[in-house]
Parts: sequence; C-alpha cells; structure tokens
Amino acid sequence: MATEAMTGAATNGAKRPLMRKVLPYLLSLPALLVCIGILIPFGTAAWYSMQRYNLAFPMTRGFIWFDNYIMLFQDPSFWHTVRVSLLYTFFTVGVQLLLGLGIALLLQRRTLFNNIMSILLLLPLMIAPAIASLMWRLMTNPNFGVLSYIVGLFGFTDFRWASAPSTALFTVVMIDTWVYTPFMMVLLLAGLRALPRQPFEAAELDGVPQSFVFFRITLPMLTPYIITAALFRMLESIQQFDIIYAMTQGGPGNTLMVFQVTAYLERYQYTNVGRSAAILMVLWVITFILSNIFIKQWLRLREKARGVA
Amino acid sequence: MTRKIHDLADAVVRRQLGRRDFIRRAGQMGIGAGAALYALNHAQSIAMAQNFDWQSHSGTSIKLLLNQHPYADAMIANLETFKAMTGIDVTYDVFPEDVYFDKVTAELSSGSTEYDVFMTGAYQTWQYGPAGWLVDLNEFIQDSAHTGPEYDWEDILPSLRASTAWSGVPGEALGGDGAKQWAIPWGFELNSIAYNRRVFDEHGLEPPTDMAELMETAAKITRDVDGMYGIGVRGSRSWATIHPGFLSGYSNFGERDFTMENGQLMAAMNTEGSKAFHRDWVQMIKESGPRDWSTYTWYQVGTDLGAGASGMIYDADILGYFMNGEGNAEAGNLAYAAFAPNPEAEAPTPNVWIWSLGMSNFSQRKDAGWLFMQWASSTDHALFGAREMDFVNPVRQSVWDDEAFQNRIAESYPGYLEQYQASAPGSRIYFTPQPLFFNLTTEWASSMQQMVGDQIPVDEGLDQLAESVNRQLRQAGL
Repeated sequence: MATEAMTGAATNGAKRPLMRKVLPYLLSLPALLVCIGILIPFGTAAWYSMQRYNLAFPMTRGFIWFDNYIMLFQDPSFWHTVRVSLLYTFFTVGVQLLLGLGIALLLQRRTLFNNIMSILLLLPLMIAPAIASLMWRLMTNPNFGVLSYIVGLFGFTDFRWASAPSTALFTVVMIDTWVYTPFMMVLLLAGLRALPRQPFEAAELDGVPQSFVFFRITLPMLTPYIITAALFRMLESIQQFDIIYAMTQGGPGNTLMVFQVTAYLERYQYTNVGRSAAILMVLWVITFILSNIFIKQWLRLREKARGVA
Repeated sequence: MTRKIHDLADAVVRRQLGRRDFIRRAGQMGIGAGAALYALNHAQSIAMAQNFDWQSHSGTSIKLLLNQHPYADAMIANLETFKAMTGIDVTYDVFPEDVYFDKVTAELSSGSTEYDVFMTGAYQTWQYGPAGWLVDLNEFIQDSAHTGPEYDWEDILPSLRASTAWSGVPGEALGGDGAKQWAIPWGFELNSIAYNRRVFDEHGLEPPTDMAELMETAAKITRDVDGMYGIGVRGSRSWATIHPGFLSGYSNFGERDFTMENGQLMAAMNTEGSKAFHRDWVQMIKESGPRDWSTYTWYQVGTDLGAGASGMIYDADILGYFMNGEGNAEAGNLAYAAFAPNPEAEAPTPNVWIWSLGMSNFSQRKDAGWLFMQWASSTDHALFGAREMDFVNPVRQSVWDDEAFQNRIAESYPGYLEQYQASAPGSRIYFTPQPLFFNLTTEWASSMQQMVGDQIPVDEGLDQLAESVNRQLRQAGL
C-alpha cells in the first residue's frame, strides 16, 4: 500500500511540472484560435486585393500587385464613396452622441419612471436594422406614410425622403439614429451613474451653477465613456450596410454608395472579387486609423485620471 | 369513384375522349374540375413514363433553388406527380427576389454542390455560363438516352430557345453558331401597357399609341385624377430598372446599348436618338411617375396599379395579369394594350425577360437534375400550370394553342391575348450579350436616377455614362 502511495505521489509530482509548462499554452489557445480565425480571412482578402480576380473571367485571374488600388484611387466614384462614408459616420455618431447624452442626463436619477423609460427606449435596438428600414420605408412613403403626412402639415408636401438625392443622407442618418441612439444612451447612462458623488455634492453645497457642473465636472469625468461609446458607433457606422441597402441600394444615383454597399455590389452582383477586396482593405485602413486615434485619446485620458488620483 | 375518374383520364390520354367531355362526365360523377384535371395530369404523366425510363434515378435526391414566383408555385403544386413518376426525391429552398440572384451567385461562385437545378434569367447566364458554372444543356437535349421522345424541344418558342443560348463571345448574337444552351426557358414576360380601364372610361382616355401620347395621358391622369399618378415604371438602382418598359421603348426607336467597332464593343447610350428618348423618359417620370420612383421595383409598380394608385404601367405584361386577380382593389378593372412608342415603328419591340431553369456545373446528380428539368419544362406540366395555376406566359406554342388556356385568359383577362399577339412578333432580348451586363446596366440605372434627381443634365449624364462604360469594357479586355 505504501509503495502504491509513493508511486502515485511520484506520478502526480511528474505531472505537475508538465501541467505547469502546458497550462499557459492551454489558456492562450482560445485567443490563438480566435486570432487565426480573424487573420486567415484578413490575409485572404489582402491576397485577393492584389489579384485581377473576376469570377466571370476565370481565365484572366492573375497577380497584379497594387493595380486594383491604383485603379480605385484614380476613380472619382471611389473618392465619393470615401466622402459619403465619412459624412455618414460623422453625422450618425455626432447626432447619436448628443441625443444619447441628453437622454442619459434626463434618466440619470433612479426613479421608477426613469427605469421604465430606459427599458422602453431600448426597444429600437432590439429590431434588426434591415427590418427597421422596411418600417421606415412605409412611414416615409410619399403616398400613405405617416411621416410624409406629418411633414405635409408643416408645408413640406413633396418631401421625398430617401428617394431624393438632397434628402437621402438625412433620411438614412435619421433611421440609424432611431436604431442606435439607445446604445449610446445605455453606455452613457451607465457612465453617469458610476461617477463618484463627492464632486457633485461639493458643488451643490457651494451653489455652483448647473452649466458649470456639467461642463467642468460631468463632461470631463464622462469623457472616457463618451470616447468608448463613440468608438463603438464609429466602427459600426463606417461599415454601414443594411439600412442603406434596404432603403436605396446606394442610390439615388451614387448618393449613398458607402464602402460596404460598394464592396457588396462588386462581389455579389459584378463578381469582381479583387476590386471588392481592395475596397474592403481601404476601409480597414481607415477604420484602423480612426480606432487608433480614439484609443490613444482614451488611454491618454486614463493616464491623466490616474495621475490626478 | 377514384377508379372511374382514372379510367376516364386514361381515355383522354388514349384520345378516345375529348377534354371537355372528360370534365363534363367528371362533373356528373360529382368531381370538381380541379380534381378532375389533377387526375388527368397524373394520367398524362404516367403515359409519358411509359415511353421513357423515368425511373432510372429512382431513390436519388435533388435540391432546387427557387425564386418566390407564381411559376415556382405552379411547379411545387405539381411536384408530387414528378416524384411519383421518377422515384426521385425533390427538396427546395425559396428566396424572395430581392436577394435571390445574390444567393445564386454566391452558391455558384463558391462551387457549392448543394443545389442541382435553379431558376435563372437569361441575362444572368451571360455571367454564369462563361464563368463555367452552368452545364451546356445541349448535351442532354440532343441525347435520346437522357431525353424522352415526348419532350418536344421544337415546341418551345424559337426566340426563347435562342435567347437562352449564347456562344460566350461578347457582342455575338444569341442563339448563333456555337451557342451553348445555358438554360431552358420556363416562362416569360413581354412589356406592354396595362391600364385602369375604369379610370380611363371615367375620364374619356384612350390607351396611348406612341411616346407623346403616353406622356400626355400620364400627365393628364396625374393632374385630373385625385390620389393617382399617371405612369408606373421601375426606378431602383438596379439593372432591373432598364430591362422592362425602358429598353422596350428605347429599342422601338432603333437605339442600342452597344455597337461593335473594329471588333470592340462601344457604348451607344449617348447617340442623339438615345439622348432624345432619355429626355422624354426622364420628363415623363418627373411629371407623372411615382414620387419615390427611385425605390420602385416591379413589386411597387404592380401593386400600385392593383391598388388604384397609378393609372397605367409600362412594364411586364404578367404584372397587369396578376394585378387583375382577386385580392386587388382594382381586380377586374385592368386592361392591356400592346405599345410601340415610336410613331414610325411597325410593331412593338418588347425586350423579353425569360425565367428559365439552369443546371449547376457543380451538381453531383446531373442526370437526375435533367429528368426534373425535362419534366418541369414539359408540355404536360406547362399545360397544368397554364390551365390550373398562374403560369403565364407559357413558353410552348402548344400551350398558347390550347383551347382551355385561351378560353380561361379570354374570360378572366379580356384583351390580354390580343396584347400578347400584337407584342410577340417583335419581341426578343434587345440587350447586347456581354459578361459585364450587371455592372454596366446598373450604372445605366444609376445615371438615370441622377438625371431624374436633377443631379446631372440628361446629355451630360449619358456622355459620362458612355465614357465610364467604355473604360470598364477596356479594363475587362472586351
């Protein structure tokens, strides 16, 4: 029995160093797999973007280095795509940030009414954007849409919403805002409720005006949350597809030909894999740059906060 | 009772009993016309099976990719007949048209073996065929080991057979020498005027006979009829905006999409004649089209006519057919007119849309798939669809000649046959076949949206379009 116990202890002892060696690799395995899962499609897209690769012309496939990029940069419609995508991102993130912050401030106090409202306001976020677009298409129908009727009461009897070039961007930004403002609101509300109470109580005792409290205390302390929320929304907005495609397929004309719609059409209707991949690689570069700016800003603020503490 | 109706149906197949007598005697037995015709269809299928080994792939399973369409509905309603006749199990996926072609392209381009047979348009085969995704069906049609003696290929309208065959050489005529049969025609659409006869009668209007009259009548409806606009045409940012009424009218003035110069395709959208037609078309939409025209697909064009929101449409004739049926506010009020917008043209020139059946080159069950295609495009199934379901327009001459079909259409859809007979002789595909069809035709639609949206003048827009099209053709080596 004693011999058996000793043998067992020796085996366990031998296992322990082995386990200790393997454990870090085991723990990092999921991250490694995820990383590989991301890198393979990314590498494939980068590889395709340097090929003349149109599925309708299989015989012409070949490696062309950066020709797809050069052709893109020489094409005025590509620069239009860059401009529209950035404008869309700027307007959606900007408007949603302002609205989300405003609503979060209104709901900041924990009351029964505010709690119910914060749940109700989340409902649009639970609707798939493509479905939301179909709802809005009905509401903005010039013949029977309720929104067309309402704007008609204010004298805009021929307001054409997404079907007119002059109002198409406004319309899709409005739908995006309806869907995603609750996301901003939730993040900022969580941030507001997590802020320490002492500075606000001190300001209240000193009788400091509300505007001063907001701009000098609330806003600076909330900035890391604002940056985080804006970063998430920016990443989604610049890659917008479903709302725009469901509403106008990128039209009227080329008015709403953002990156993802352009890349989708190139791939699935025109079968030009190489050009589609090049467009998506450019989108990745822009997203990477913008994300870096946001993240560096966020890190700087965090360091500043630590320094203050 | 069941035995008796089957005996009667067999007698019809043996030509010992006429079809009318069959239905009359079935009625005397207390069997409705629908049930009787199902029995007849079943008997005809069995007769078909006696001349050809339809059981050669019994036990096999095939899968179809279908668009949500009355043609698919008619096939599904009759599918048990095929299964019983062949012992082949058939499964299918149905997708709405908004996403259907993207799904087909994704399946074929990835070399997926999931689907064996799928619905396609003729234009799509210009992309799918040369890419090597489709089977050249000549190898089946011409082979008596694969194709039964009852399958009358020559009965399918010649222009449709030609329109679904192409050599793959850009600019070369459809159905010419060396053409591969990329698809089997299944059902088709011509483009003509369908109008609200009630409104026309109330306001003393006549169906237009040329472009000027079309614009004038549409404007009058918009002006005089409360809550109604004049003319419904498609306008979404898609190739589908160009192919129906627009290209039919454009071709009627002798205008083309491309010309061949020194062996190269050249854009022909910016000729003086083309610019003149575009100016009229754009003006018509601005004055009398739907206010959200740039989002209009066939669906909105059709439902507006059926709901009484538009006075007329210049689109697929079958839209007018479907919208005249029950469940539409204007059911029974619609009428049809063949249309030649050019006063000097001898006849209408409808650009044809052909719903067809294609076979995936990646299918692992091609022989069984061909049995299905053969049955689905057979005279028997076409007759079933035309008589019992809404399978219009049929592709077989024998179905057009069928008395029961003619009577049904004449009774329920007055004027439809006359419209068809006047439109058919000049109908064909007026696009030049080339593999960049979707890029260039979508760009054409996009340009038109810019013109209607006052983003660019018509002449300048067409010059820019032609320049862009030529650049893309050269980049693709065409």
